[in-house]
Amino acid sequence: MGPQKPDEPPGEQRLPSIAVTSDPALIYARGLTKRFGELTAVDGIDFTVERGEAFGFLGPNGAGKTSAMRMIGCVSPPTAGELRVLGMDPTTHGPAIRARLGVVPQRDTLDEELTVRENLIVYGRYFGLPRAIVRERAAELLGFAQLADRADSKVEPLSGGMKRRLTIARGLINEPEILLLDEPTTGLDPQARHLLWDRLFRLKQSGVTLVLTTHYMDEAEQLCDRLVVMDKGQIVAHGSPRELIEQYSTREVLELRFPPEEHARYAEKLADLAAQIEVLQDRLLLYTNDGDDGAATVHARGLAPLSVLVRRSTLEDVFLHLTGRSLVD
Amino acid sequence: MAASTELTAAGIPVPGRLWDRAFGYWLASYRRVWRGSVFEGFVQPLFFLAALGFGLGALVDARQGGVDGVSYVQFIAPGILAAQAMQTAFGEATYPVLGSIKWQRQYHAMLAAPLQISDIVLGHLVFVLLRVTITTVAFLAVSWLLGTIPSPWAVLALPVAVLCGMAYATPIFAFAARQDDANGFALLFRFGFMPMFLFSGTFFPVDQLPGWLQPLTWLTPLWHGVELCRALSMGTPTLGATTLHVGYLLAWMVGGYFLAVRSLRRRLVV
Repeated sequence: MGPQKPDEPPGEQRLPSIAVTSDPALIYARGLTKRFGELTAVDGIDFTVERGEAFGFLGPNGAGKTSAMRMIGCVSPPTAGELRVLGMDPTTHGPAIRARLGVVPQRDTLDEELTVRENLIVYGRYFGLPRAIVRERAAELLGFAQLADRADSKVEPLSGGMKRRLTIARGLINEPEILLLDEPTTGLDPQARHLLWDRLFRLKQSGVTLVLTTHYMDEAEQLCDRLVVMDKGQIVAHGSPRELIEQYSTREVLELRFPPEEHARYAEKLADLAAQIEVLQDRLLLYTNDGDDGAATVHARGLAPLSVLVRRSTLEDVFLHLTGRSLVD
Repeated sequence: MAASTELTAAGIPVPGRLWDRAFGYWLASYRRVWRGSVFEGFVQPLFFLAALGFGLGALVDARQGGVDGVSYVQFIAPGILAAQAMQTAFGEATYPVLGSIKWQRQYHAMLAAPLQISDIVLGHLVFVLLRVTITTVAFLAVSWLLGTIPSPWAVLALPVAVLCGMAYATPIFAFAARQDDANGFALLFRFGFMPMFLFSGTFFPVDQLPGWLQPLTWLTPLWHGVELCRALSMGTPTLGATTLHVGYLLAWMVGGYFLAVRSLRRRLVV
């Protein structure tokens, strides 16, 4: 994260205010399906997003996350099933819904020849907001996105993280009730990701409902109150990050590295030490409630792994358990 | 802008009513380059009229005593006027359309807002209309100053040339919205733009062409634009011919518009 300027207060007091009403679910999907010819991208999924929560779609590339997001964003008509966004049907009320959504697409849709501020203003005008209001909000959002000092620079030379923050700021110009983020931090360096997470966390604190897709476990754990794990168009598990880890994994994981071709042989020898063993390309994962105890037993049996690591379970382990495959491929 | 609030029974804006919001983007992006573009609008007709009209035209006039009773430069000026409108339409309805789908992706940004496909298409086409109008006005001004457009009727060549440009803009928009890359544009310019530019009566009367080719030129919108602009420039328009030419150009423009909306919807709403 870049050095904070003393004259630039943190943005929480400038966040958009959100009108709270008492409708049941912001997004409601039952049997939601999307087919492209022979390919079934989304295969009959059910989910509900409540106001004020951060809801995530976690899954590998091609799991159907983006297709689900595009249907929620009313730019992709569902093939089958029921979908309600803000209580309305996207097929018939797309423009009315989109007026109340903020969208951060996977690939930026900024005009790189326009300035940072112009991008915000042009986008605000798409929502029919009066020029004076758009200018005022643009100024606030530039502060929130920490881009105030680049306001009149063209977009083209900005870093990936800055462009992403601008896209998020742009998605907030209509003070949306739901912000849809499709892989918000893919391709960013760690510092840029942490800055972005901080901004998203502040948004959530201010009451904006976040719906995001990601293939990063740490992102899902950081940001999501609740998430669904998707694989091949279907939801294979749902819950809070903690619930999912408790339900589908053990407390700890013992990672052992042996010469790669011998992993399967060692897995047999160690089968009794763990609730479950996963054989990966480069290592063995032993699911256990006490990793140190397991490591001691491995050594006591005279086995000498090339490396030993004891760690807490993560969502990646949940995914591995559910699908037998590593999440990032 | 006043119509922006009109709603359908379902409570959503009437398709196309919010075109001015999409148009706003094109204006904002044009603001950066308008000086150069307007300058070019004045320089290009000057080049054409100087080289072909006065240069080549001196030879033609010396040998033939002009074409159809007027000097060669007066013959080609209204032709190039219509052809330049077509050229502007080709430029504005090809790369910027594909770019808004694939590169800068601005149509996707518009579609994330409450705009509908018809708003996006109409907003962009109104901007193309503005661009064609600018180049046409510039051309008429230069031609008038050089005395190459004699009749006061030529004022009406402005809407006719703009209509001729738009008769190309809408179907080309539809074509561009179906392209995966820019290769199709190279073909379109080579086998669409160039033959029409050269053989639709712009530089010589089409009765110079072999008899079997002439009906082909009648199919091109450019020939209709050139014929009508020329008649207005000479001060010899007739009601029947004018109705026919205008009707033919309108049919291309309107048909192309619906095709453009359909093509862009198929491309973006999937």
